[in-house]
Amino acid sequence: MDDDRSTPIRVLIAKPGLDGHDRGAKVLARGLRDEGFEVIYTGLRQTPEMIVDAAEQEDVDVIGMSILSGAHMALLPRVVELSRSRGMDDVLIAAGGIIPDADVAKLKAAGIGEIFGPGTSIGQIAGYFREHARRRA
Amino acid sequence: MADLPGLLRGAVADERLALARLLTAIENDAPGLRELLPQLFAAGRGGHLVGITGPPGSGKSTLVNALTDEWRRRGQRVGIVAVDPSSPYTGGAIMGDRIRMMAHAADRDVFMRSMASRGELGGIAAATWMAAAALDAAGYDPILIETVGAGQSEIEIARLAETTVVVEVPEMGDEVQAIKAGLLEVADLLVVNKGDRPGADLAARHLRAMLSTAGGRIGRKPPPIMLTTATSGEGVAALADAIEAHRSVARSPQEAPARARNQVRRALAELALRRASQHRAWDSTLQSVSDGELDPFMAAERLLGEDDMA
Repeated sequence: MDDDRSTPIRVLIAKPGLDGHDRGAKVLARGLRDEGFEVIYTGLRQTPEMIVDAAEQEDVDVIGMSILSGAHMALLPRVVELSRSRGMDDVLIAAGGIIPDADVAKLKAAGIGEIFGPGTSIGQIAGYFREHARRRA
Repeated sequence: MADLPGLLRGAVADERLALARLLTAIENDAPGLRELLPQLFAAGRGGHLVGITGPPGSGKSTLVNALTDEWRRRGQRVGIVAVDPSSPYTGGAIMGDRIRMMAHAADRDVFMRSMASRGELGGIAAATWMAAAALDAAGYDPILIETVGAGQSEIEIARLAETTVVVEVPEMGDEVQAIKAGLLEVADLLVVNKGDRPGADLAARHLRAMLSTAGGRIGRKPPPIMLTTATSGEGVAALADAIEAHRSVARSPQEAPARARNQVRRALAELALRRASQHRAWDSTLQSVSDGELDPFMAAERLLGEDDMA
């Protein structure tokens, strides 16, 4: 656990790609707020560039992406790549949504920390972020 | 520990990640920040500090986005600090001001930072002010501070700005709302947004009528009242012009002293609270007040005195 952290963990919640709704992302944003996180919500239809630009300006500890459209293999590794190229080496990147098991290992190999499928509780996600988000001075 | 002078140098050299990390240090009141402040303020480039406030749902974020469009067309680099409330129960916050701003996300000449208010002891007004100073040092001009005008601390934040814009909507209520004290009084510019709604002209006229008869002890001219429709951009160029025109007014010998007084008052309150809350007798003094053994003024007196447990 993260007992030495005196400031809230900052999380960017983003919807990459062309999903038509963001119900799940909003429920998660609200749930994380209630878990004591500072959540920056960016809305629908974001490109990887927009997500990384926002994450850089906000200096977040975690980028959480929700994706249902099936474009995860194209979009999620790109976010990791762009983040690393900007020097954001210590930002935790995680994803959730509809992602086939067969792709999970590939995404993890590409630098996505964890993939949360349907049925995951907010408590599980909050616990994972607390455990794996970078520490700050 | 972060190398704060290094981050400041990076921010001045327009490195965005350095600026972002400097803002985090400001937000967290990181060790070494106090020592950096003289350098931070000395690095300022004279950017125009503009506060934008108003009730929830009045369209502040959309208006900030529309103003950013306008200033980008004019070749200016825009810095934005958007403040949202933290939950008093969990300390968490949702900051959604970016939703309206994502069109500018990849624009290197727009820098937006969301900040949670983190409760009274967090000193959000001072942190916001320092964050604006960091954006100024990085060469952004104007620098917008957006807050929900829902409480005293938001009004305080707005008052640290050189130009305070208060955003209202046509449905703000009857004329009596317009003569209540508070938010409207701190406005240098008053905007009735959602100008395409029925009654917008009437609301603007009511405000103008009520505010123009104010006077007495206030001794300042009523603010210009502007009508905008942020979603279409209607009236936004005129608002940008009015904000720009107020820059020299705010820096005039008539107005500048009032702002200096606000700033020093804020810095003083911040410093006193910080010093007092680090006093070794903080907890015991609070307890004495809670037990009814000490009145709050004596307590404050004690906490501002020597840190001496004897």
